[in-house]
Amino acid sequence: MTDPVLATHGISKSFGALKASSDISITLRPGEIHAIIGPNGAGKSTLIGQICGALTPDAGRVELMGRDVTALTPAQRARAGLGRTFQISALAMEDTVLENAILGALGASARPWRFWASALGDKSLRQRAEAALERVGLADARAKRCADLSHGERRQLEVALALTLSPRAFVMDEPMAGLGAAGSKEMTGFLDGLRQQAPILLVEHDMDAVFALADRISVLVYGTVIASGSVAEIRSDPEVRAAYLGDPA
Amino acid sequence: MNRETLFNAALLLGLIAVPAWAVIADEPFTITLATRAVILALAAAGLNIALGIGGLVSLGHAVFFGIGGYAMGILAYHAQSYSSLMDWPLVIEGTKSMPVIWIVAMIVSALAALVIGVLSLRTTGAYFIMITLAFGQMFYYFAISWSAYGGEDGMSIYVRNDFPGLNTLVPIQFYGLCLVVLLLVLLLSARLRRAPFGLALDSAQAVGLDPMRLKLVAFVISGVITGLAGALYADLNRFVSPTMFSWQLSGELMVLVILGGVGRLFGPVAGAVAFVALEHFLGGLTEFWHIFLGLILLAVVMFARGGLTGLIAGRELRHD
Repeated sequence: MTDPVLATHGISKSFGALKASSDISITLRPGEIHAIIGPNGAGKSTLIGQICGALTPDAGRVELMGRDVTALTPAQRARAGLGRTFQISALAMEDTVLENAILGALGASARPWRFWASALGDKSLRQRAEAALERVGLADARAKRCADLSHGERRQLEVALALTLSPRAFVMDEPMAGLGAAGSKEMTGFLDGLRQQAPILLVEHDMDAVFALADRISVLVYGTVIASGSVAEIRSDPEVRAAYLGDPA
Repeated sequence: MNRETLFNAALLLGLIAVPAWAVIADEPFTITLATRAVILALAAAGLNIALGIGGLVSLGHAVFFGIGGYAMGILAYHAQSYSSLMDWPLVIEGTKSMPVIWIVAMIVSALAALVIGVLSLRTTGAYFIMITLAFGQMFYYFAISWSAYGGEDGMSIYVRNDFPGLNTLVPIQFYGLCLVVLLLVLLLSARLRRAPFGLALDSAQAVGLDPMRLKLVAFVISGVITGLAGALYADLNRFVSPTMFSWQLSGELMVLVILGGVGRLFGPVAGAVAFVALEHFLGGLTEFWHIFLGLILLAVVMFARGGLTGLIAGRELRHD
């Protein structure tokens, strides 16, 4: 089996008496989409927070391409190749699509310390940004203000931002949230193609999307992974059905 | 040309035309008022970099304004009394040279902004406001008790400092100097917000940049500009006192920025011109003119979020 791109080894995190993560070990292998599902309050956000660096685990470690990144800040992890999109939109609403993408490219270049020359005039930043917009299908909307985009377009732009960093792995927190049926379908198709670029750790409530996309699913309940396996295995797992999926469909 | 460009051009034209008229009509007091407006605009332009571009609500910018003022006051005081500032380990004399005073004011402001920034940028929201306010009060009470330099009474400097090639005692020449400094700073602000640095200040950690360091540098640039304004302000009045460090002054600077339009390039200029005009005309009618300023500010905050610039020039169009 190939080495995982992203892995957690027994991470645990408590908030007071509440064990939000207990001894979680998951992996993300090249080319796959690994979905994390679980009811509200199962600790999905806490897990993502620890993977991306917003939270520090009490125990265990996070590895990105075999390198221990547990002590790195979110910014350092992003530069190391962890591309992340957010549950709450992190875009600069007053800026244009192109400016937002250039911002992403700027992060990749790690050279924001230029105070005079226009960022839009920087060729290498611009190329990188436009390539990413092209990739997500937003090239024609580059002059639009971000605030004027549809919800789905904003999601695409977020992915473009993550793409400018040439990530080795994506972490996506509910990319389908707020999208209509048509938007979800389009996003599903888009993510399906994206896994070739870099594997995706996907936290998502939309079960149709999860079952359509995921190569593997891990089910998180009360901070513990109660099951992990293929779509078919998860669908038929009695414990999962009891805890989460409800009665047979 | 869009409406904001026109509005900015009209403001700029006014800043040239009104003093020019005052020279012809021999109204030196009008020039002094205009100089006051330009210097306050410069101080507010400094704050606008922290507040408007960086989103840092600093209620302690009087620290830098006061540092600029005291840099001028202390250096000029030693020059006019022919005493040295320091005898050991090296002898430092006072000076009456504006460029030297400016450089000192800017360096000391930068150091202060660096220390204050490192400590207060750990916090956000109301805590950030409170910590910057607390630093302002520390400097204020320090200045009050610093008896060597006038304590509570402040210091008078009898002759305005020199600038090579100018007679700074002629009001219009000093005005021109201040206006040029303001325009240079506005040019820097305009470039800054479109440069990678300005764009990155908007950023989230998602793109792999460290927002703390970006904000810290923005805070330092902001403080340096407000410090320079403080040195000019002290030179305008030929007087320095602890009120330059007061929290009321910090608040006033924030009022200027909000009145003019937060984050708008010429917002601080519009705010300062409106403020000085109100202070002069309303202040001539009633001692309680601040009440009216308060009402106007209330109206601006409630109905015109883009300040005067937003009211007249509409929503911001940043893209050509």
